[in-house]
Amino acid sequence: MSNARSIRRAGDRSVLIELDGNEAVQRLAAGLEASRSEGLEEIVPGHETLLLVWSEAAPAVAEVEQLISGAERSAKAIAEPDRIALTVRYDGPDLEPIAAFCGLSTEQLVARHLACDYRVGFIGFSPGFAYLLGGDPALQPPRLAEPRTNVPAGALAIAGPYTAIYPRSSPGGWNLIGSCDEPIFSAEKNPPALLTAGTIVRLVAK
Amino acid sequence: MIEVIKSGALTTIQDLGRPGFAQLGIPRSGAGDRGSLKLANRLVGNAEGAAALECTLIGPSLLFHDDALVAITGAEIPALLDGEQMALNSAFSAAAGSLLELATTSAGLRSYIALRGGIEAEPVMGSMSSDLLSGLGPAPLTAGQMLATGPSAGEVPAIGVAAVAAPADEPLLRVIPGPREDWFGDRALELLAKSSWEVSSDSNRSGARLIGPELPRVRSDDLLSEGIAHGAIQVPASGQPIILLADHPTTGGYPVIAVIASADLDAAGQLRPGQQLRFALS
Repeated sequence: MSNARSIRRAGDRSVLIELDGNEAVQRLAAGLEASRSEGLEEIVPGHETLLLVWSEAAPAVAEVEQLISGAERSAKAIAEPDRIALTVRYDGPDLEPIAAFCGLSTEQLVARHLACDYRVGFIGFSPGFAYLLGGDPALQPPRLAEPRTNVPAGALAIAGPYTAIYPRSSPGGWNLIGSCDEPIFSAEKNPPALLTAGTIVRLVAK
Repeated sequence: MIEVIKSGALTTIQDLGRPGFAQLGIPRSGAGDRGSLKLANRLVGNAEGAAALECTLIGPSLLFHDDALVAITGAEIPALLDGEQMALNSAFSAAAGSLLELATTSAGLRSYIALRGGIEAEPVMGSMSSDLLSGLGPAPLTAGQMLATGPSAGEVPAIGVAAVAAPADEPLLRVIPGPREDWFGDRALELLAKSSWEVSSDSNRSGARLIGPELPRVRSDDLLSEGIAHGAIQVPASGQPIILLADHPTTGGYPVIAVIASADLDAAGQLRPGQQLRFALS
């Protein structure tokens, strides 16, 4: 038996695997990546799920179950995750209101935000937009009621349990607390995304 | 070279997309109606996945500076070469100096214009497709732009007109319930299958928004973001479903009640604002 909580059909070419927590998602994704089976086109981590997409019909659930068990066994030998330090400035327009919302001074908010060990849980929304997990439970403001039509590239933002850096300017509904100069996504680079799922991220104040 | 005289409503360069990057937040993209793209390419002797033009509702006008072999597939659309009506789903020659004008689709939304040799553009991550959600790949066509084609390779098949049905007036799309059908009551699946849905004008290459009865949820909490499949029918808090198409975001936080069967994805890519459609549970 695998560690999957459930395996759900998502159309005739995909299955959605529910797992217990994001670390299990990372392990299974890495295991499946290492033993890539034929026709498996996409391995898409979510917060507590992994979506598998085949180029043709998805295998039967029992077969997916076997694939997962095999990948979980091979995942035990997976190398240490990548680690990266990102230099950030706490100069975002929402820093003060968010500190007030959390009942903290801006200095306290910054200190607590820097103190966390973040891990890229998954990527979505736009190319390279990494959802960082592991944030301080005291810093979980909701999204803005009215999203901004234009968030600048490099904006450091928080919403709910997540921290992220906008890879490029786009509309966005997260609270902007700072900025980061590192290029997060570039289609010309290999890999194009600086932050990939599973990477451990430490934030350093400039 | 081919000169773009009029760009049409939205004409982009598309091939079969860039699979394998969803874990980086990059949609597959590619032709909205992949079968029609492949057919157009086959008709002019290209590899099935060569880059061609995807036209949306109102097609472009193109001036050929060199002799060309052309095929138009997909939506029903009047296509005039120097004023003479050309058959769809068939290859035709366009002499240097001739003008190809596409009008407005009468059934379906997306037409494909393949040119022998394929359109040439700078590939991004292995594909020449315009991904309008991510801003990857070539920009949509603009008037005055020059297009180049690659070298001719394959044989041109000896067929007249390929027998393909035009997009249906009221398509019936087969759907497979899940992965989050349990976020909805049985009544929601029943409503999905029994209702007639209208395609909203607020639709694009990322998704077709539908107008119809509200699909009631039995859970009101938030779903943690998860990967989404092409053809997923996502239901936001409004209860009005969205069919996710070629340029769809790779993850999302709205529950997916059902996913369109892969055999009907091309028909979903032809859904036209204002049109009615139905779903059948399979």
